[in-house]
Amino acid sequence: MPLSMEEVEHIAELARLALTGEEKERLREELSEILDIAQRLQRIDTSDIPPTATVLPVNTVLRPDESRPGSPRDRLLENAAEHEDGQFRVDVILD
Amino acid sequence: MTALTDLTIREAADRLRAGEISSVELTRAYLDRIAALDDTLQAYLTVTGEIALEQARRADERRAAGEDDPLLGVPLAYKDVLATEGVQTTCASRILQGYKPPYTATAIRKLEARGAVMLGKTNMDEFAMGSSTENSAYAVTRNPWDLDRVPGGSSGGSAVATAAGMAAGALGTDTGGSIRQPASLCGVVGLKPSYGRVSRYGLVAFASSLDSIGPLTRSVEDAAILLGAIAGHDPADSTSVNAPVPDYTAALRPDMKGMRVGVPKEYFLAEGMQPEVVEAVRAAIAQLEALGAEIVEVSLPHTEAGLAVYYIIAPAEASANLARFDGVRYGLRVPGGELIETYKQTRGAGFGAEVKRRIMIGTYALSAGYYDAYYLQAQKVRTLLKQDFDAAFEQVDVLAAPVSPTTAFRIGERTDDPLQMYAADTLTLGASLAGVCGISVPCGFDSEGLPIGLQLIGPAFEEARILRAAYAYEQATDWQRMPEVRV
Repeated sequence: MPLSMEEVEHIAELARLALTGEEKERLREELSEILDIAQRLQRIDTSDIPPTATVLPVNTVLRPDESRPGSPRDRLLENAAEHEDGQFRVDVILD
Repeated sequence: MTALTDLTIREAADRLRAGEISSVELTRAYLDRIAALDDTLQAYLTVTGEIALEQARRADERRAAGEDDPLLGVPLAYKDVLATEGVQTTCASRILQGYKPPYTATAIRKLEARGAVMLGKTNMDEFAMGSSTENSAYAVTRNPWDLDRVPGGSSGGSAVATAAGMAAGALGTDTGGSIRQPASLCGVVGLKPSYGRVSRYGLVAFASSLDSIGPLTRSVEDAAILLGAIAGHDPADSTSVNAPVPDYTAALRPDMKGMRVGVPKEYFLAEGMQPEVVEAVRAAIAQLEALGAEIVEVSLPHTEAGLAVYYIIAPAEASANLARFDGVRYGLRVPGGELIETYKQTRGAGFGAEVKRRIMIGTYALSAGYYDAYYLQAQKVRTLLKQDFDAAFEQVDVLAAPVSPTTAFRIGERTDDPLQMYAADTLTLGASLAGVCGISVPCGFDSEGLPIGLQLIGPAFEEARILRAAYAYEQATDWQRMPEVRV
């Protein structure tokens, strides 16, 4: 089932990925091939089978609600492309 | 006399304890060998020589003060997907170039508490996505047995550092085979612990329901030593299980008496199996029988579906996990004029082809209209696959199979064909999807002199069992060898 170019562009938009025309064309072909293989799973009868939520034999793990020190702010900001007044700086999103 | 860089962890520990060598001496020997070989092999992305010598000095002081531990003063390498405080951690991606984590992964912190020395950070497929280490944004790692061939992946750098005597052992990570397959292709031991056995805190997430951290070593005993050091519950990782950590070295025995070994027939029928791999693994199974094991043929009927299940679930989880790389808090930022465009440009420039491919597959499989057909169905088939393993382990103690359908392939041979590359994981991803443990142990060489690995798979949290079987096999054979590296 070949994907259309519109579908590739829609997925790239959802994934927030800028792709070149060449990348889109290549991904269109490759994704179509990979999804063809994934399609084979449709043939397996799973009507009474629950999906795997976790492989672990545990349920919710609770810990005491105690405060602990977090990561130091200045150390975290050191890796940011831009920061200001102890905060990450990004492009304006509200006028 | 054996070179210092050929010693196993146990042998090095014995000499350190006896005062025959110091950790500084041992560490210098490794740094010298890295300097001599690594321009060619490119196992390391970062060599932390100064830190290593400082840690070695401290280890020697601790030993002088009366401390003793099999890891005290032993030089190790860590895959570059594990966070190391203040030391660049890139995941072999351009998007994390220059990133210096503010904390250290729990697994490494535990090793450092025991006195292990960090030689550096090893190359890998970008974000651990790949089976050849060719997806690194920085370097092509070469297989020390044949420089024109891949080391496997994604923990290729850790496998090569261990195989070529550029570290006494290493940590890798395994999501669908990324420890076991490179171990097999490089002729070393590689152990993927059960999901939840080792804390993932500080492991940059690829597929959170599958990722696990484990050792690559030059002996089974060394794998037992390293696993014992890194296993256990960690309050910082809610999926690390609070179960006691046994003494894995105490479980090692040179025979297989009383053990039932299952041979999953589907694991010998995969497409593109190299006949020499099948022969070597069949011979290894006969050896296990000679050591006292009972051999039983078993079936894991959903094996063939595993590849499709894995290549839906792992990319789906990756697409969510990698959403955090957007140029805001760390790593590369490519300004796009407005925020969404900055995200897109940053990710478009920062991720390599395989990472983009998987983000796209994963996003598609999770998107409206396709979620039930792809992701949910894959999670249901995953349940069937896990039930196959549960049923098999009602009959047998461990499973024995090949690790990789072929020995090391040529650099560049599969890079243009993602599906052919994915096939390298066919025999390892089942254990990952089921959350059970597996180990690769050397079991021979093909006619080109390339190593072959035997895979032993055990039930969840039964690492002691696969270590025992691997140890018995290793003691009865002499396939654990070191390559002569020509640079």
